Amino acid sequence: MPLLEVRDVEKRFGGLQALAGVSLTVEAGEIVGLIGPNGAGKTTLFHLVSGFLAPDRGTVRLAGEPTAGLRPHALCQRGLARTFQIVKPFQALTVLENVRVGALVRASRYAEATARAREVAAFVGLGAKADQPARTLTLAERKRLELARALATEPRLLLLDEVMAGLNPTETGQVLELCRRINARGVAILLIEHVMRAVMTLSHRVVVLSQGRLIAEGAPAAVAGDRRVIEAYLGEEYVDQA
Amino acid sequence: MTALHRGLLGAALAILVALPAVLGSRALSVFVFIFFYAYLGQAWNLVSGYGGQLSAGHAAFVGVGAYTTTMLAMHAGVSPWLGMFAGAALAALLGAVVGFLGFRFGLRGFYFVLLTVAAAEVCRIVALNTDAVGGAVGLYIPFTGNAWQLQFQDNRGYYYVALALMLLATGVVALVERSRLGAYLMAIREDEDAAEALGVDTLRYKLVALVLSAFLTGLGGAFYANYLFSLQPNAVFGIPLSVDIILRPVVGGSGTLMGPILGSFILSPLAELSRTYFARAGLVGTHLVAYGLLLIAVVLFLPRGAYPPLARALGLGRPR
Repeated sequence: MPLLEVRDVEKRFGGLQALAGVSLTVEAGEIVGLIGPNGAGKTTLFHLVSGFLAPDRGTVRLAGEPTAGLRPHALCQRGLARTFQIVKPFQALTVLENVRVGALVRASRYAEATARAREVAAFVGLGAKADQPARTLTLAERKRLELARALATEPRLLLLDEVMAGLNPTETGQVLELCRRINARGVAILLIEHVMRAVMTLSHRVVVLSQGRLIAEGAPAAVAGDRRVIEAYLGEEYVDQA
Repeated sequence: MTALHRGLLGAALAILVALPAVLGSRALSVFVFIFFYAYLGQAWNLVSGYGGQLSAGHAAFVGVGAYTTTMLAMHAGVSPWLGMFAGAALAALLGAVVGFLGFRFGLRGFYFVLLTVAAAEVCRIVALNTDAVGGAVGLYIPFTGNAWQLQFQDNRGYYYVALALMLLATGVVALVERSRLGAYLMAIREDEDAAEALGVDTLRYKLVALVLSAFLTGLGGAFYANYLFSLQPNAVFGIPLSVDIILRPVVGGSGTLMGPILGSFILSPLAELSRTYFARAGLVGTHLVAYGLLLIAVVLFLPRGAYPPLARALGLGRPR
């Protein structure tokens, strides 16, 4: 049984068909890259999986259990965590307090959550900034904070929405390494990413969305050479040159 | 908190406890208002300061608490000391209804503010038109001076009750601040979607905060009734009272433990003195002008309230 199973989901916003019947799975411990041009429906898919939106049709199952009607907090309690493309730190709270909110989902006691939050902050490299308000962090640090909070909820599946966007190559490399270490702890990852080098080196499998449909799926190298993928990204005229 | 700070806090408390021995009745009444509005501000602070769900209708809970306690005392002979809990329970129920309507249907920001104003206005209009609770004339409470009736021969009794209320609410907020509820409320205030994604049942915790806040505010209503001896719908359910409740924590620093107290020490004396002296000079409403000017000054120069800069100056670390 796959950890995440999305089957035939459709979502329409007024006249826009954001998702037109998409199916995909993520196995336990797997890293799946979700790529596609802007407007392909990647973030919409994340919203459906994490409970922020309901699909018009189709089903989402987490560890075999249908998630219809479950609000995001309930999905988080069942082991699904997500980050947001536009980071959403709790600005007035410190790094530690930010992470503690996530840790409280698993901790029965407040002090236990605090201790856990300190560990996770250190794990993502924010240990020295634990007592600083989140509003003082740089973008790269905010992305780490976003990761730390999600991680503190001890997910089985982590949805990462462009955690490397806007970072310089050094910072990208650090986040990449962080993702590997998270995965090594047994956490499955589904990531949306435009930084191709990152997706291709990190993912076990890549899924390509274009205009609300899944157009290719497979090992990173195979997908990168796929005719439909090149066409979707660059346009038909580039297919033969690539 | 260092030993020095703890010492300062202890000294301040000792002074407050000893003050009635030296102050006259007139001065004590100013302190009664300081404590009482600090208490109401602290209750408001829970849901609006920490939770970020701005209520501009907290007078509704004062009114429900005050009317319930008074009706029970007048018609069933129930002591306000007991009746206040019935009043607070009804206020909490009203809070639950308002909260369910607002939060279940996802009202945020100004739309939630308008809902709370509407709830208080509905209460006011219902009370105005219900003869059983005195209609527009309201209720007048006979003075007995009996402590069992929450009435005292002089202001010292009211002083200590109001002080106890303020300390009670501050204790409750201090506990909440260091708990799951507090952590979740601040997360909701900062970013509701992020909180929800991190496993916070935002609907439930917003509701808990509003119900707790309404309960405390309702308790305060019983005190209000037996200190002023009269209840009029326009006074206890009116928008001016709701605004009075909000102003103190905002001026002092909303979402901080000491903000409502500091704000009340700044605003309540100003309100009382200007109300008395300007009104005597025929300048009715001047205290509202003073309020307005002070509020503009705070927004301009201390956007987070007076307490955060004060705490920094005293070396109390990062204020909550």
